[in-house]
Amino acid sequence: MSSAGSGAAPRLTATPGTAIVHLKVEQASYAHLATDRSAPTFTLGPVSFEAHGQELVAILGPNASGKSTLLTLLAGLNKPLSGRIEVDGNEVSQLELRVRAQRIALVQQESELLFPLRVWEYVLQGRYPYQRRLRFESDEDCLFAGNALAQVGADLLRDRWMDQLSGGEKQRVILARALAQQPSLLLLDEPTQHLDIGGKVELLRRLRRLADAHRYAVMVVTHELDLASEFCDRIVLLHKGRCLRVGTPAEVYERALLEEVFEAPLEVEMRPNGRPRVILQGS
Amino acid sequence: MRPLTARRLALICAALGALLFVAVVISLRMGAYPISIPEIVMTLVNRFIGRRNEIPPDFWNVVYEIRLPRIALGILVGASLSTAGAGFQALLRNPLADPYVLGVSSGAALGAIISLAIAPQTAGMIQFAAFAGAGGTIAAVYFLGRRGGHVDTATLLLAGIVAVSFLSAVIMFLMTTLPGHEFRGMAFWLMGDLASPPPISSHWLYLLLVIGVGSIYTTSADLNLILTGEQEARHLGVNVNRVKIVVYVAASLLTGLAVSVSGAIGYVGLLVPHLMRMMFGSDYRLLIPTSALGGAILIVLADLLARTVVAPTELPVGAMTALVGAPVFIYLMRRRVR
Repeated sequence: MSSAGSGAAPRLTATPGTAIVHLKVEQASYAHLATDRSAPTFTLGPVSFEAHGQELVAILGPNASGKSTLLTLLAGLNKPLSGRIEVDGNEVSQLELRVRAQRIALVQQESELLFPLRVWEYVLQGRYPYQRRLRFESDEDCLFAGNALAQVGADLLRDRWMDQLSGGEKQRVILARALAQQPSLLLLDEPTQHLDIGGKVELLRRLRRLADAHRYAVMVVTHELDLASEFCDRIVLLHKGRCLRVGTPAEVYERALLEEVFEAPLEVEMRPNGRPRVILQGS
Repeated sequence: MRPLTARRLALICAALGALLFVAVVISLRMGAYPISIPEIVMTLVNRFIGRRNEIPPDFWNVVYEIRLPRIALGILVGASLSTAGAGFQALLRNPLADPYVLGVSSGAALGAIISLAIAPQTAGMIQFAAFAGAGGTIAAVYFLGRRGGHVDTATLLLAGIVAVSFLSAVIMFLMTTLPGHEFRGMAFWLMGDLASPPPISSHWLYLLLVIGVGSIYTTSADLNLILTGEQEARHLGVNVNRVKIVVYVAASLLTGLAVSVSGAIGYVGLLVPHLMRMMFGSDYRLLIPTSALGGAILIVLADLLARTVVAPTELPVGAMTALVGAPVFIYLMRRRVR
């Protein structure tokens, strides 16, 4: 099964943009070592699923279900304790740092900037994996950064300061930096967290379009049942560090299962387009 | 979009280099012995083209024996401390980081004093001891300033304050109980002074300066990313641990280098990088070389003031930088808290 060579770090052979990316997660598990004696160790049980280019996959679960842990494994920031995570046949945690950054982009919850930065400077940072040490940005880098801004509809923001953007604008710029990496796998950690409902729908639509048009495989960590059902091809449902089910929204959204996971009375209704809808029950 | 180009970098550095040259000439001009600018230029040019015997002995003494060594030392110290400050700011992700404020300079001073007490004759020992003192202090301050896995700005600065007062107390204790050595005096170590350039041939000190600034410069693209978030930098392909080690060692080296020859001059590492950021933006590929040049200019001018405002007496140059630096520090801190 394994195509990773021994010895030198494996290099990817596929050119970005031409081949459809294939992500394969096989029985991957992880355990957080306790940093504090009183804190319990969090473990993520074995997870298996696959994702391809043009697919939008949601990693769904309530808080502390292991969603972000799984995402750090997919991003190669942590090495799985057991099992394998492969992108196009290459073990993710074995990839050379820059090669990995050329294939996998991670959009995280925003972090505080220490010094003021213009939007275009921020987006250009996404070109880092392609730059040689001590080289300055090439025209090509500027072109890709400009394209990335256009893809998220943020051309007009390019000369603004990062700390003067609204939540939604900032989200788009952070996404643009990830797109400037020209990844084939795009990972987003709770991207809808600070957005209002209009912003959430707009973001998911945009991700859907990016997946369709640019052949990205997009993985979104979220706890928003309705958004995931409406926009995603596949759902990976996590609960307390265990993967309970993987499948289409219709396969995963089962009333009893969701009620157990989210600990709230729910109703699931199948819509004519085959996508389930979740209704909260107050009493 | 206008990213940094090699041309822009070269132009800005050339402009700052020219400013530094002007500062040096002015600094050569000022002092007890009157010498005009044409005479200074003549003295410099004649030596440069090898006509040393045409320089009047008085001019030779004033320029090459008295004023220039001190100015050169100022350049060394200013460039070291500013670059170290810019490095610590990125390393600790703290805009208020400065070798003096964090206690690193005091640690270096303590190391230097201990080496003077134990092995005063060994060449380079004082620099190595100051480097070790600086590295040990920043490590201690870092671990004291950590709370719950990440470095908190306020806690880090408090750890720095504690380190400064503790190390200063140890320095005072040693200075009073270890008599008979050539220790220069307490004010030198605690405040910083350029009045006595090192007696030994100091070319290799400049080599260390170039190595220190150069190593931080090689990481400047990585530092830009680390400043927007360590985790993010990591998945953009930056080898964060490697970069941190390089900057940690190089910034400690630069601090130790400066302190071993001039004592603990404060606030340069804070003032200069911030000034350069205001003028040229926060791209570290530009910030590192401009900080080195700007620091050199600042110290040359500060020392010029220190030895002329109350002539014939002199102030320690550290007093001048603290007079300017402390209010700026407060300003930056208030602006952040807002």
